[in-house]
Amino acid sequence: MDFPIDLLINAIVAGLLLGGFYAAVTAGISISFGMLDIVNIAHPGFIILGSYIAYFFNINYHVDPIFTCLVLSPVFYVFGTFIYQVYYLSFERRGQQSLRGLAFFFGLLFVTEVVLLLVFGVDYRYVEASYIGPSIHYGILDLPLRMLVPCIGSLLVFGGLQLFIGRTFTGRAVLAVSQDQLALQLMAADPIRIKRIAFGISIAVAAMAGAFLIIIQPVEPSVGREYIGRVFAICVLGGLGSMPGTLIAAMMLGVIESITATFYGPSWAPAVSFGVLLLTLAFRPSGLLGR
Amino acid sequence: MPLFTVLAVVVALAVFMLLRIPNIEYLFVAGYTIVQYIVLATAWNILGGYCGYVNFGSAAFFAMGAYSTVALATFGNQIDEMVPESLAPFFHLIFPLPIPVLIVFGGIVSGIVGFGTGYLTLRLRGAFFAIATLALSVVLATLVVNWDFVGGSGGAYVVRPGEFPLLGSYVQYLFLLMLALAVIAVVAARTIERSRLGYGFAAIRDDELAAEASGVPTLRLKLVATTLSGALMGMAGAPFPYYIGYLQPAGVFGLEYAVNSIAMPLIGGTTSWIGPVIGTILLGTLQQVTTVTISSAVNVLIVGVLLIAFVIIAPNGIVGLVQDHLRARRQK
Amino acid sequence: MTALLHVDNISKRFGGFVALDGITLDVQPGERLGLIGPNGSGKSTLVNCICGTLQNEQGSVHFDGHTMDGLAAHERTHRGLSRSFQLPRPFPSLTLAENLRIPMLYTVHKRSGTPLHADNIEARCAELLQMVGLEKKARHLPRDLTQVEMRKLELARAMAAEPKLLIADESMAGLSHSEIEDILVLLMRLNESGITIILIEHIMAAVMSFSQRLAVLVSGKKIADGKPEDVVRDPDVVRAYLGQ
Repeated sequence: MDFPIDLLINAIVAGLLLGGFYAAVTAGISISFGMLDIVNIAHPGFIILGSYIAYFFNINYHVDPIFTCLVLSPVFYVFGTFIYQVYYLSFERRGQQSLRGLAFFFGLLFVTEVVLLLVFGVDYRYVEASYIGPSIHYGILDLPLRMLVPCIGSLLVFGGLQLFIGRTFTGRAVLAVSQDQLALQLMAADPIRIKRIAFGISIAVAAMAGAFLIIIQPVEPSVGREYIGRVFAICVLGGLGSMPGTLIAAMMLGVIESITATFYGPSWAPAVSFGVLLLTLAFRPSGLLGR
Repeated sequence: MPLFTVLAVVVALAVFMLLRIPNIEYLFVAGYTIVQYIVLATAWNILGGYCGYVNFGSAAFFAMGAYSTVALATFGNQIDEMVPESLAPFFHLIFPLPIPVLIVFGGIVSGIVGFGTGYLTLRLRGAFFAIATLALSVVLATLVVNWDFVGGSGGAYVVRPGEFPLLGSYVQYLFLLMLALAVIAVVAARTIERSRLGYGFAAIRDDELAAEASGVPTLRLKLVATTLSGALMGMAGAPFPYYIGYLQPAGVFGLEYAVNSIAMPLIGGTTSWIGPVIGTILLGTLQQVTTVTISSAVNVLIVGVLLIAFVIIAPNGIVGLVQDHLRARRQK
Repeated sequence: MTALLHVDNISKRFGGFVALDGITLDVQPGERLGLIGPNGSGKSTLVNCICGTLQNEQGSVHFDGHTMDGLAAHERTHRGLSRSFQLPRPFPSLTLAENLRIPMLYTVHKRSGTPLHADNIEARCAELLQMVGLEKKARHLPRDLTQVEMRKLELARAMAAEPKLLIADESMAGLSHSEIEDILVLLMRLNESGITIILIEHIMAAVMSFSQRLAVLVSGKKIADGKPEDVVRDPDVVRAYLGQ
């Protein structure tokens, strides 16, 4: 029996494309959880929200989903700052973020999902765009554009985020706030404001990820929950707060999931990411490139 | 201590007798759900409220109990195919297992899973434990969906043995069992609260590092909490297949078990055994009413919104509000 | 005489930062050791490594003839090592009396083998609170305390574990002169009853009057260790710390 090498190669390539997308999905959590220490498990909910908003404008006004989310990302940013403000005033300041902060975000995730359910129903929704459907063929390689475009978009977003954190004052302040809040205060920067900005950015990035998501696959409200495991698995595997680590881990997870789905069937896919997460937590909680 | 147990049993029996008066079957059906949630909420609170570790995977532990029942029931139907001839008569004698035995099995299975999850993740921060419990739900759901022995994604039918002698309907029997379980859970919670173990849990919740420095074996106590909490949830899940008749993975692993087990203690108050009870009765009744009058999706939305509201405004729940009020009056 | 506490060449890094660089320290039974050094010199890290809150990468810690390596913090407390935290960490949802109960229930109880009676515990808690002057607030929650009172609670809780060796980490910061005196008298009394004490402080007058021996930590290294009057005249010590 000859080993289906072209199947394997395509699975790997699909996995890499998926991984690029996963990197964008996780980038937001890398910031909120990796750097700000906020366990925002509602993050996938915001991604799905972004997907549905993109869907709405696509169905009713034929606007490209990526364009919609790009234009609306400032709105998501403001929304994110608002949520952080509530979180800070209610929990962080009182030192109760562990139990109640988690319950808060869980409630948000839940409410988001149910509201979407009530408004849009349980049917799968998908968008239409010129690049959904055609594929590029390259010898034995099969590159569906509906995966390639989001992957490229994701890498751009990811790269932009890297530049922001590495090169701008605010970006470096975010990195600083994750390491030493007191030092930051002594440098006359308000840590709360910095955290608010960072959280807002993480939600804005979630919106972009939402656009990419609905291009790759049809969505329905509970899809967010599948992504919780992926997002945290990647975050932990890559090492909290390490952007390069996130990218590598995202690619790895994408490939593992893709190979599993190709050879064992897609019904095992959700277990893969969570399994990876559990294993990482058990054996190497600091991740590949962790702090 | 025994006084409280006696009182709890008396109250439970009184509730049961009272419900038999109007003789409306629906009361028992709805009542079963509420009493089941008392067990789940109390179980959650032992780990969440007393110890400070959030478990998002209540559904997983509940489902483990339910599926161990399904597995045993399926085994019971296939004894002749699965067991060597010499042993078959013995198994035919003890199967189908009575529900109290199934409850114990469910508790053991979920207890082991709880211990395992704890062992893997409790040496890390509380946030990681919470995320791991989320992961657990999905992993177990995927395993169940792919395991045909328990019905796979199609679900499993479990046939009720029919009428229960003495009591009449089978649902009433299930309700009585669940009441008994609720009494056990509440008595256990109250006993822990006032014991040395309860102080240890409180110290862990308040400041784990300082607790360690004071001599509290934090890992060991956390494992006790996780195992106990998981076992109780599993016990609550064991009779569920008989209650519902047709068990679907999507239903039992659904988010509503996770949300309710968190919302009910948080809204009721996490520091005392009575918080989960109050929260369950209030929220549970509200949900039954909403589901019947509006829709089940709206009902679940209300739970979520209430959870967020209470967590922000009244972090210590209804019990906390009452305590604050009493303390303010005392200090005047 | 074998040392009660023998810290053998321990090192600890945080990423690229070396917090402790080969520290060796002995504390004799019944001794009063003072530990001083500038902020960030590693004093608290040293305490954390001794008590098991942090694990040192190199070297080992021996206490009471046994090695402490691999033992969790709570096990070391059971063996008789107790510490107060530099930034007080009370249990916020428990009353002051209950705060002291925790070490009693989990350390003293564990050690003695027989369970302590409830009245016994209550009496001991009251006694300890009285020693630090907090008996009137026994039923209060920590949030009702002033900063100074919280430090005293912190010390009382460390004492509640009935240790053989007590490490008092900057318990006197912010106290008035008479309050410092009170704490010193208290620590002296503990010492006289047989408890070895390591005092970590910045208040030189207190350190000098209390310590039988003085050790100095600067940038993770021990630069002096000897009689207090000799150490304070050591030019390295003057340059690194005292001359400030």
